Amino acid sequence: MAAKYDVLGSRAPRLDAPDKATGRARFADDLNLPGQLYGALLQSPHAHARIKRIDVSRARRLRGVKAVLTGQDLPPILYGVSPARYDEEVLARDKVRHVGDDVAAVAAVDLETALEAVGLIQVEYEPLPALLTAEQALAEGAPAIHDLFPGNLCAEVHQEFGDVAAAFKQCHLIRSGRMVNKMQDGAFLEPNACIAEFDRRGNLTLYSSTQAPHYVQRTAAMVLGLNMSQVRVVKPYVGGGFGPKAAATPLELAACFLARRSGRPVKMGFTREQVFLFSRARHQFFHEMKIGVAKDGTFLALEHRCTLDGGAYSSFGIATVYYAGSLLGGPYRLPNMRYDGWRVFTNKPACGAQRGHGGVIARALFEQQLDLIAQELGQDPIALRLQNTMQAGDVTCNDLNMSSLGMRECLQAVGDGSGWRGKRGRLPRGKGIGMASGFFVSGAGYPIYRSETYHATVTVKVQEDGGGVKVLTGAAEIGQGSDTAMAMIAAEALGIPLRDVRVESGDTDLGVDLGAYSSRTTLMTGHATKEAAEDAREQILQALAEELGVVRGRLSIRRGRVKIAGGPVDIGPLRGRYLKEHRGWTDQPTGRELSFREAARVAYLRQGTIVGTGKYKPPPLGGEYKGAAVGTSPAYGCSAQVAEVSVDLETGQVFVERITDAHDCGQAVNRTSVEGQMEGSVSMGLGEALFEEVKFDSKGRVLNPSLGEYHIPTIMDMPQMKCIVVESNEPNGPYGAKEVGEGAIMPTIPAILNAVYDATGAVIDELPLTPERVLAAIKKAGQNKKGGRRKG
Amino acid sequence: MSSHRIRLTVNGVAREILAPANRTLAQLLREDLGLTGTKQGCGEGDCGSCTVLLDGEPVNSCLVLAVQAHGHEVLTIEGLAQGRELHPIQQAFVELGGIQCGFCTPGMILSAKALLDKTKRPSQEQIRRALSGNLCRCTGYQKIVEAVSEAGRRLSRGRR
Repeated sequence: MAAKYDVLGSRAPRLDAPDKATGRARFADDLNLPGQLYGALLQSPHAHARIKRIDVSRARRLRGVKAVLTGQDLPPILYGVSPARYDEEVLARDKVRHVGDDVAAVAAVDLETALEAVGLIQVEYEPLPALLTAEQALAEGAPAIHDLFPGNLCAEVHQEFGDVAAAFKQCHLIRSGRMVNKMQDGAFLEPNACIAEFDRRGNLTLYSSTQAPHYVQRTAAMVLGLNMSQVRVVKPYVGGGFGPKAAATPLELAACFLARRSGRPVKMGFTREQVFLFSRARHQFFHEMKIGVAKDGTFLALEHRCTLDGGAYSSFGIATVYYAGSLLGGPYRLPNMRYDGWRVFTNKPACGAQRGHGGVIARALFEQQLDLIAQELGQDPIALRLQNTMQAGDVTCNDLNMSSLGMRECLQAVGDGSGWRGKRGRLPRGKGIGMASGFFVSGAGYPIYRSETYHATVTVKVQEDGGGVKVLTGAAEIGQGSDTAMAMIAAEALGIPLRDVRVESGDTDLGVDLGAYSSRTTLMTGHATKEAAEDAREQILQALAEELGVVRGRLSIRRGRVKIAGGPVDIGPLRGRYLKEHRGWTDQPTGRELSFREAARVAYLRQGTIVGTGKYKPPPLGGEYKGAAVGTSPAYGCSAQVAEVSVDLETGQVFVERITDAHDCGQAVNRTSVEGQMEGSVSMGLGEALFEEVKFDSKGRVLNPSLGEYHIPTIMDMPQMKCIVVESNEPNGPYGAKEVGEGAIMPTIPAILNAVYDATGAVIDELPLTPERVLAAIKKAGQNKKGGRRKG
Repeated sequence: MSSHRIRLTVNGVAREILAPANRTLAQLLREDLGLTGTKQGCGEGDCGSCTVLLDGEPVNSCLVLAVQAHGHEVLTIEGLAQGRELHPIQQAFVELGGIQCGFCTPGMILSAKALLDKTKRPSQEQIRRALSGNLCRCTGYQKIVEAVSEAGRRLSRGRR
């Protein structure tokens, strides 16, 4: 049987891989502009303090210093992520709210001079009580971190779907549990960097290591008082983002102001320590859940409370506090759900979005509790989940529409793929196997600012010689492989080989694209790319049909050749014209079929440059209730994982030995990239489960702001992973494709927790699973003596 | 800051550079020679992104002073491919999906080169040990291990 697609679903090497393998790929810090200055930031040493006085006179006098700015020099414009919660200043005017809050910015002829000037700035602070925990911040009489938010409550959510109280009365079994994680760091390998440059007409170009050029463009325009058309944000190659690079940073905005002030390009970068101090990574979540089920294991009700330690600013946190509740709507049928969430300001670096935005710890607790419920009911954990999983066509109690859902296939795949049946309950003490499921949006249903904007617009320009096409998009390739995915979609839609497609991306001049977050690019930019490529194809075939004097419907393109249905057509004259134009060329078209190149060339000769355009925005989604937008998506990805662990019963150390992972991505655009997202997700989840914790001292200073002390998984920590790609053919996705970038992280933590329970009998409600914590839990579970709960 | 005249060989080319005493090898490569394929992810020797080979041995070039490279031979990622042809390690990383964001890639590939120069067909364990100083946040390392293993196979067969 012929393959369904010629390009999609293959393992084509990434377009950018050869340049990345040879050091040719340029990242922000690799760029240099003639006459550039180097910028540096003065950051607060206090977690909470009033700024009484700033003296920059010595810094200004230092030889080589070209600009010094404080908050007083900038327009008093607040910005942020959600317009309803704009609470950030590029440079603090009156107050600093966390250690590392930005106070002044300097541009000088070299970095050493800029740093020296920063050291010469004198700031008089009046320290205020530092509120370092949600508890302290919510306490009666605590000082307000933001005047706009007395009581330090950034946002609260109260939602009820169905009738939770009535449902609990019907339950045969009710279980309660809690879970707390620690603040994480994105730990992308490339520290944020940028260069800002103004031309003499006042137009700004900002090169930046961002996940979301569009949002950076919008924020920079707003803060600098420019039209968006005067601001061009260009994203070079980006060394990972995972969420924290999804919004404008004070680094970028300070560079813009310094460039405007000095009249010269300004290059700036965070040190690794500054990456930690800026954060915007995973929140600390305090979850409590009560789950009720019927006698046969049918899920009936969930009561869920969550407090988020948000740090000093709102950032993406409004979305986070909603996601923490709404993403439990799936993938199981759960008719009654109540969620109360609170996000609290504290004097720590602001938290934001990180892979699996808002849902990861909620999922960890929920899936842990499901295993305990299965045990009490005497059911197999996979069987309990299979019994309750939704299927395509179902709608969750909070109005999320499961247009496709390969959950059942994922569960069966990891069961079979891991040898679950032969292992569960049969492993010796200290060895365990556990599983969990996951669920995530395939692109946020709405932009972060209220707007009817398209979420993606794409242009496919057919090169005038006909030799290929160029995909022009603002989409952000940050390592996930979106350039390659868009090229493959365009190639498939045009019917040409992948090598004939080039991609230019990550530039706001190329179109609107909301950015690489919420696992949106494959579906949303993919739709727009497909539409643009089809538009270009139609124009070419229409022109060709007229040229050949046949009806358009007889023509199609496949694998770079023009197919003409319904009897022979004389292509001789057309080919003759092409050959005449290319005398002396060595790669002349041959054979009985016209090539795409000939067709595209003749179309150009008839009507000028062929440009196809495409656009995408989701249809209106979701319910009517407050906050209904967060969690909506045109499609949902789902996943299941089995973790096999060994636990050293003497030390409490956990080793993850094997992961079996299945993810429903609708349709794999690039199979290698899909697996790459799955494997990368597992590693981030494993790190969060076992090691990762940003630690603070009593004054709010980060104790471990380095990749040596903040432990992300090394190659020694990662187990063998078996990835199984499930394809449910999503009706709302381009060629059936949907997300894989974030949903794949969801099951990792609970699968490990459940495996550790299987190995030791310890139910652990705090992450990460440090040896001390695991050992204490094992002791508490009374499992340390010979003859465990169910293992001889 | 006193400056020193440093003579070293970079990617087979003899170089002579005047550098201040506190200049790191990473800075010398990136800023003085424009070899930006060497990445800097931390500047403290934690991440391995700046790995280059100094007389064939992998080093964190952010922790090596430029003056320490005086009289030595440095191989950076730019010096690995011969002409238009990718080196077999690069080729395997490209084909097998060992590259995502690409920031760790130059360091990974050079650490792999140092390993494969000594051990033609390394075990999984040997590969993991050799790359344990190179962090990657994107891939989960699996496809990197596979790429190094495959590159070892190809190199020991003496074909690309």
